[in-house]
Amino acid sequence: MKTSIIVFPGTKCEKDMAMDVEKISGRKANMIWHKETDIGNPDIIILPGGFSYGDYLRCGAMAAHSPIMQEVIKKAKNGTKILGVCNGFQMLVETKLLPGALLHNRTLKFICKQVNLRTETNNSPFTQNMNKGDIIKVPIAHGEGNYFADEKTIKTLEDNDRIAFKYCNEKGEIDEESNPNGSINNIAGIFSEDKKILGMMPHPENSILDYQANQNGKSLFEGILKEIA
Amino acid sequence: MANTAKKIKTPNFNEPEVTKELSATFGLNSDEHDLMLKIVGRTPTYTEAGIFSVMWSEHCSYKSSRFHLKKLPTEAPWVIDGPGENAGVIDIGDGQAAIFKMESHNSPSFIEPYQGAATGVGGIMRDVFTMGARPIANINALRFGEPSNELTKHIISGVVGGIAGYGNCMGVPTVGGETNFHADYNGNPLVNAMTVGIANTDKIFRAAGAGINQPVVYIGAKTGRDGIHGATMSSAEFDDESESKRPTVQVGDPFTEKLLLEACLELMKQDAIISIQDMGAAGLTSSSVEIAAKGNIGVELNLDHVPQREEMMSPYEIMLSESQERMLLILKPGKEELAKSIMEKWDIDFAVIGKTTKDQRLKINMYGKCWCDIPVPPLVDEAPEYERPYIKSKKAEEIENNSYNFPEGGVIEALKTLMECPDLASKRWIWEQYDSLVRGETIYGPGIANTQSERAADAAIVKIYETKKALAITSDCTPRYCKANPVEGGKQAVAESYRNICATGATPLAVTNNLNFGNPEVPEIMGQFVECLEGMGKACKELNYPIVSGNVSLYNATNGNPISPTPVIGGVGLIQDINKATGIGFTSEDEIIYVIGKTNGHLGQSLFLREIAKQEEGNSPFVDLKEERKNGQFIRKCIDIKAISACHDISDGGIAVAVTEMALASNIGAKISGEDSAKFWFGEDQSRYIISTKTPEEFEKIADENNIEILKIGSTGGNEISINNNNISIKTLLEINEAWLPQYMAG
Repeated sequence: MKTSIIVFPGTKCEKDMAMDVEKISGRKANMIWHKETDIGNPDIIILPGGFSYGDYLRCGAMAAHSPIMQEVIKKAKNGTKILGVCNGFQMLVETKLLPGALLHNRTLKFICKQVNLRTETNNSPFTQNMNKGDIIKVPIAHGEGNYFADEKTIKTLEDNDRIAFKYCNEKGEIDEESNPNGSINNIAGIFSEDKKILGMMPHPENSILDYQANQNGKSLFEGILKEIA
Repeated sequence: MANTAKKIKTPNFNEPEVTKELSATFGLNSDEHDLMLKIVGRTPTYTEAGIFSVMWSEHCSYKSSRFHLKKLPTEAPWVIDGPGENAGVIDIGDGQAAIFKMESHNSPSFIEPYQGAATGVGGIMRDVFTMGARPIANINALRFGEPSNELTKHIISGVVGGIAGYGNCMGVPTVGGETNFHADYNGNPLVNAMTVGIANTDKIFRAAGAGINQPVVYIGAKTGRDGIHGATMSSAEFDDESESKRPTVQVGDPFTEKLLLEACLELMKQDAIISIQDMGAAGLTSSSVEIAAKGNIGVELNLDHVPQREEMMSPYEIMLSESQERMLLILKPGKEELAKSIMEKWDIDFAVIGKTTKDQRLKINMYGKCWCDIPVPPLVDEAPEYERPYIKSKKAEEIENNSYNFPEGGVIEALKTLMECPDLASKRWIWEQYDSLVRGETIYGPGIANTQSERAADAAIVKIYETKKALAITSDCTPRYCKANPVEGGKQAVAESYRNICATGATPLAVTNNLNFGNPEVPEIMGQFVECLEGMGKACKELNYPIVSGNVSLYNATNGNPISPTPVIGGVGLIQDINKATGIGFTSEDEIIYVIGKTNGHLGQSLFLREIAKQEEGNSPFVDLKEERKNGQFIRKCIDIKAISACHDISDGGIAVAVTEMALASNIGAKISGEDSAKFWFGEDQSRYIISTKTPEEFEKIADENNIEILKIGSTGGNEISINNNNISIKTLLEINEAWLPQYMAG
């Protein structure tokens, strides 16, 4: 698997992603600095978490207009797979590669904790190693992860099997108490129409290695690997 | 990207003449004013007087504390750099060093909680990466006023937001800390932040080492008018006018700091930097003086080239500004272009602002004129040092431990009261705002019932990238012990730190300290300081746990009311194999629970006494340092050979609280029994641990061989805590423990 990880000046989860990519695929990821314009020909592009350009405007808003993102958009249109996690998800909605917006958490506070996610579909290159209904526990760490979109968009996402994960309780029930940030319908992650782009707020990359709290993120990364190996 | 400000002819800043009265407003007393005149040999300029006053402020000169700090033990074979550099450095093997320090931002955090705390975190991270280390963990020690005080909620909210805002953006996990409440902090909250970083031992950078005719380089954020005289403000008591000092608080920009961090670490890989100093308190003044003094050289600056955020700044303002996220470097001649290109990559301002000189003077030019020309050595070497008069603390009266009983409702009622009191209540509301997982190396994070790393231990455990090793990190101090008996309190802070590191299986290596006290000009307060240090020194020596860096924060008093003496210890230990790191949570049912160490039932200054008997009375518990070391070594041995499966030190709230916390951390209950008295279950005798083991016979044999006092008190299992057959469910205890802080903050 050839992976390119895009590094913005305020990106902070690139190390975590790179450790996992190497562990799971056996190949080192290419780290692409935001001022570069050549992404190469990766099988997958990863936009990791962080604070891209400081995010004093909206999270990911500045990054969305950077030259490197224009390259990412081109690659996306040619079918390269893209995984955006946390700030990466925020960039994907700011560039309109994914619909909707990510608002401030309803508590107005940054939240870091493990959450339960229910896998909504296994019909995607990312979730193909999982079963629909699988519950995975992975951490969130964000201040602006409250997914919002208009009713029509939500309906389109729901009707077209484009919701990847929803926040749920330990039994897999979607309830208000399990919604950490106020996202509509407890949405934690969504796909593009062709399912080649996944944006999600939780950090599966911190649930992979033996010494981490759990290894629930593995199935996701292995799914990606299986697709492009 | 030098400042392109137009060449203006020398502006008139209307600076007043330097008189005794003016010096007094700068915080220099009459003798200090006279000494300054003698050194300069004429009436100093306004800029020069400003420089003297910040360099001789308590904050920068340690003038009241230096004499006593010299007595602390600072050496061990593994210490690479003790106090004196930006942070302490210890050898952790395999060519790696841990670099760490703790620093206070108390006064700014009272005046402007968010920015005060944020810039405190920013400043301490800079101290660590200035030395070439990548920060891998932050922890903090917070003390707030009593919950009923009208300011407390506002201060907590701002301080926690500031720590989160800065640390989270930097991508450095905040992995632990401690938070207490007491009326003694109503007007003076304490915000102490610690950063730990990792560097290669052959790539450590220092302020010392600069030679003659080398370029002086400024990198980082532009200089503005913020924080002028911040160091002076931090060296005086507060009064009702303190609100007006808000402009002396700096504003932080964590994004710029992140860029500065990455840019510095990239430049440090090149062979370009001779010496480096961050611009912290007293900004450009202290950094340039530091580099000059340590190199036995002079520095000549041209401030026209300093990147400036505001127009028409005076040399006085530029030299005293405490704008954040700035560094001063001495480069190898000829490396300017290389350094500049790296700074440009990271969009960091770069300017050559002067050169080093032979004459050991600090010369400052701007607007075509010289504003300062003073000798460096006397500015540093002749800085005032006071052996302030002190009075030893009154001997605390012992209380009769047997005269205290359980409240109505018995042992369980007492346990419930303690688990919900502010000092023991869950701090989840705080630590869930901190990203403790970023970097992916956090094995044990903050809190008891942890929802991040999902494991709890007595110290945070952070793995070192690409190794099996991990650092154990903890912050500790029990101010009520220090107030009642400063010598024992000082010993206890070090001993508890040692204990917390041992309880994880790590070997305690060295500490940093943050000495928070009231006004040293008051002999009783100076007495607290001297005696706490005496206790600390004894403990560090006996436990082979030297002090390698630290910070002193004095004048923590408002309208004459001092804080409790609060000498916080930041401890660092090393564990060779992360798989052996041990937490506090029980790991399975039917394990046998033991108390390690001797239980006498000391209730003086205990949490039980304060929260249940409503008395802050008695003497602090005595720490037998030989016992402390013996028990610590025993625990580490047991962990190493896997003879125990969970371990928790016994501190606030005694045996009953310790066992309860082990149950809350694991959701496995415990059935314990022992003497039916308050002093047995809630006494705070020192040097003790609770452990659980699957192999009690083997464990008892090792304890016997090592001459360790142990007491079997029960076994794990079920979903209740049962003390002498009085029961309460873990679920209820957890609810009680979790309820207080969020309810308080929402109310």
